Amino acid sequence: MTISGAVAQLLEIALALAGAPLLLGWVDQCRARLQNRRAPPLVQPYRVLRKLFNKESVVADSASALFRMAPYAKFGCMTLACAIVPTVSTDLPLATAADAIALVGLFALARTCLALAAMDIGTAFGGMGARRDMLIGFLAEPALLMTLFCVSLITHSTSLANMVETMNRRPFGLEPSLAFAGIAFTIVSLAENTRIPVDNPATHLELTMIHEALVLEYSGRHLAMLEWAASLKMFAYSCIGLALFFPWGIAEIDTPLAMITAVPVLAFKLAIGGVGLALIETISAKMRIFRVPEYLATAFLLAVIGLLVHQLLGA
Amino acid sequence: MIHIDWILLIAGGWLLLAAVSLLVLRATRIVARWIFPAGAALGLGLLVVAIDAAFSPAEVAELLIGLPGLPMHLRVDALAAFFLIVIGAGACGTSLFCAGYFRTEEGTAPGLLSFEYHVFLAAMTLVVLADDAYTFMVMWETMAVSSYLLVTANHRLASVRNAGYLYLLIAHIGAIALLMCFGILQDNTGDYRFSNLRAVHLDPVWSSVAFGLAVFGFGAKAGLVPLHVWLPEAHPAAPSPVSALMSAVMLKTAIYGLLRVCLDILGGGPWWWGMVLLALGLASALLGVVFSTVQTEMKRLLAYSSIENIGLIVTGIGLALTFHAYGMTALAALALSAALVHVLAHAFFKSLLFLGTGAVLHATGERNLGKLGGLIRTMPWVAWLVLAGALAGAGLPPFVGFVSEWLLLQSFLLTTILPNSFLNMLIPLVAAAVALVVALAGYAMVKFFGVIFLGQPREEKLLQAHDAGSWERLGLLWFAAGVLLLGLFPTLLIELVDPVTRRLVGGGLAPAVQANGWLLLAPSGIDRASYGPIVFLCGVGAATLLGLLIARGLFRGTLRRAATWACGMGLLPVRDQARLQDSAEGFGQPIRQIFETFFHVSRELPAPSDVRPRYRVLIEDRIWLGAYLPIVRAVDAVARQVGHLQQGRISIYLLYSFLTLLVMLLLVRA
Repeated sequence: MTISGAVAQLLEIALALAGAPLLLGWVDQCRARLQNRRAPPLVQPYRVLRKLFNKESVVADSASALFRMAPYAKFGCMTLACAIVPTVSTDLPLATAADAIALVGLFALARTCLALAAMDIGTAFGGMGARRDMLIGFLAEPALLMTLFCVSLITHSTSLANMVETMNRRPFGLEPSLAFAGIAFTIVSLAENTRIPVDNPATHLELTMIHEALVLEYSGRHLAMLEWAASLKMFAYSCIGLALFFPWGIAEIDTPLAMITAVPVLAFKLAIGGVGLALIETISAKMRIFRVPEYLATAFLLAVIGLLVHQLLGA
Repeated sequence: MIHIDWILLIAGGWLLLAAVSLLVLRATRIVARWIFPAGAALGLGLLVVAIDAAFSPAEVAELLIGLPGLPMHLRVDALAAFFLIVIGAGACGTSLFCAGYFRTEEGTAPGLLSFEYHVFLAAMTLVVLADDAYTFMVMWETMAVSSYLLVTANHRLASVRNAGYLYLLIAHIGAIALLMCFGILQDNTGDYRFSNLRAVHLDPVWSSVAFGLAVFGFGAKAGLVPLHVWLPEAHPAAPSPVSALMSAVMLKTAIYGLLRVCLDILGGGPWWWGMVLLALGLASALLGVVFSTVQTEMKRLLAYSSIENIGLIVTGIGLALTFHAYGMTALAALALSAALVHVLAHAFFKSLLFLGTGAVLHATGERNLGKLGGLIRTMPWVAWLVLAGALAGAGLPPFVGFVSEWLLLQSFLLTTILPNSFLNMLIPLVAAAVALVVALAGYAMVKFFGVIFLGQPREEKLLQAHDAGSWERLGLLWFAAGVLLLGLFPTLLIELVDPVTRRLVGGGLAPAVQANGWLLLAPSGIDRASYGPIVFLCGVGAATLLGLLIARGLFRGTLRRAATWACGMGLLPVRDQARLQDSAEGFGQPIRQIFETFFHVSRELPAPSDVRPRYRVLIEDRIWLGAYLPIVRAVDAVARQVGHLQQGRISIYLLYSFLTLLVMLLLVRA
């Protein structure tokens, strides 16, 4: 482990923890503008966090330790995910601990913890949310894996840092399998981050809510940790997508200059991505829960087609 | 010569314990406090000896018992030693649990159960040691019969007797296939020692027939589709420690046999052998996991999950066979390592889960998921230990289930181009199916753990449930520790399976893994793929701690306990509030809808006028209805026709004898 690697690692974690709510605020702002509403301030998510940290935390009598530990566990998993994904640099000491498959495992671990916590209280909504979230999870997880496999077949590696480096060094050219993978990845990230065609983070309509049903019993600091973790998850997903499909600008060697230039490049790419997300959310409508399997199966099939296309054309 | 003697002594020790327990049939105290702990100590001994034997050269022995001129040939090599490790580890933890588990009220007397149990353990050990087909078959049958007796321990229930009968039937159909398989393998030499079977050169057609028979015979024992039907019947019928031992260890002896015959004796074959196993394995995995998510009985859920895991193991073996056929040693070693690691992983986490259901069953008397719930508050020990098993079963890092999943997916991904374009197309599809199976396994495990241990108790009597006793806790702890520690040190697992892969496919991962130190698992170079569970766990732990500190630092409010908000239904009695939760059926409903084609569903809907409306869903296996029931009916019809021969009059029987004699004479003349 080099000192510059450790610095890059700490920089990434700090950037993720501080910047993730900002990304959420940016998406909300873009969406409001696109929908001709008055936009909330960019720092709204921070205000929400501050509000929640100042509120009382109410925990049900019947809650076990699992319920109280789950928000922190999810927060920990998402922080580690942000630390593993190469956002500003590919020379990360922690990245060897988990490759693309382990990253998917990490997301699954976080999901399982929260689903179990939601079932812990034993209300109607908790179980329903857990069931729906696991449903989306078991469909999205293989699709995400297949998407990552598309890239790793090209790069001959599942190590994220190596994948990004290889994609970065490749001469520019269109790879049909990557186009399929990119579309599939977009679909999966919308579902995984409970965005509009699958779930609407802005409502508590009992028949449709998924993520909100999961966290319905949480309040105060526990809810704050969950909100923060959700924004970290979105940050991690955006960064995976950007790093794999638009890898330009990520530092391979940790000179201070490279890292300093990588941060604004990342911010620029995230800003563009946020506009895209807001656009998708504005032009599509939320679908019924039982249409979601078809939607995610499309992503799964697209990713598998991507793999096959690569095998056919690349072989 | 030292290892094999020790192993034989341990098997002999188990037989001695079996004999002793016959003397103390009704003395539960002696059986529980002395015999089972002694059996556990022997299991631990077997584990230690087998680990040492795995890294030593092969040893042979001859036992002069059995038929005259037909001694028992025994041999312990790397493959046998690996499976002895599984037996030792499984026996140790399960016997510890048994010490606290069996009570006087159970159907069969405790002493008799202990007799059958220890004979079962000794038979499994000798199956793995056997070095000739006679010894193998005799021990294989001993294992089948003793496990049948254990399954039917509670034989006063008709459902238990039926389950046992089905098990015995399929076990014997499988055994017949194995007999024929060995018959082909010896190729008219009359010498059934494995060393001879290895030396014989078979015609490709005959070796493929032998392969088919072996897959059928061992598949019947392992529960491969379509021979899986006995598993979900036998596991719920058996006492929980027996289910644990059968699922975790006995199914693995079938995997051992498959490896012994396909890769050791036959030495691999054409590429399509691998594809056959791959297809069967994937079908089993998918069917098993889909069925396990819709079950409402906790042990049936686990039984289907065993079918899934055996399917994944066989998928790995199939992949290894394919790579082996093309001479791709490194990839074959990777795929085989994945399968073997999963053998060990499944042995640990499935034992843990089955023993957990045993503890729940003792505490509550309920096996129906719809009548459980909230046990994490009354049974914290069992709940938290079982949680480790459930997370491992879901294939989540940093537990051991993830290591094998990771290796299996790696072996798909690192496929360099195979010299067969059809296979190249197929491999990504198979990888996709494996990913789907693993994700669904997570769903099943969340259902299993969530419905039993979380939420509010669905029955009032659950509030009086007691936690497991200290022996039972010890058994659970053994497996839970294994699930976590093996997951944290995957490099040790690789070193353990390295001699086996070296022996079977001629290559191993250990050198590549050792080059990167014990912290990181990187079987094919650190820049291609790596997984470091300890760093991973420390990372998650540190980040979680960071979150906790941030929350403590920023939090200005207070923490208050309050009653759960029941959507305005707070006036309902507690028991009815618990019924607002998702039931087991409800939790499986999305899967039932998505995978509708897998099931045969019959519904019973209440009429509007019903005073006590009941809603019932019965989910049945299409394979059982479509393939087994017609055979049963045909056998029944034929038996009835044959029954006409039996008239009950002596003159008719004399006529039969006369006719037989006549036919014989004619034949002799001709």
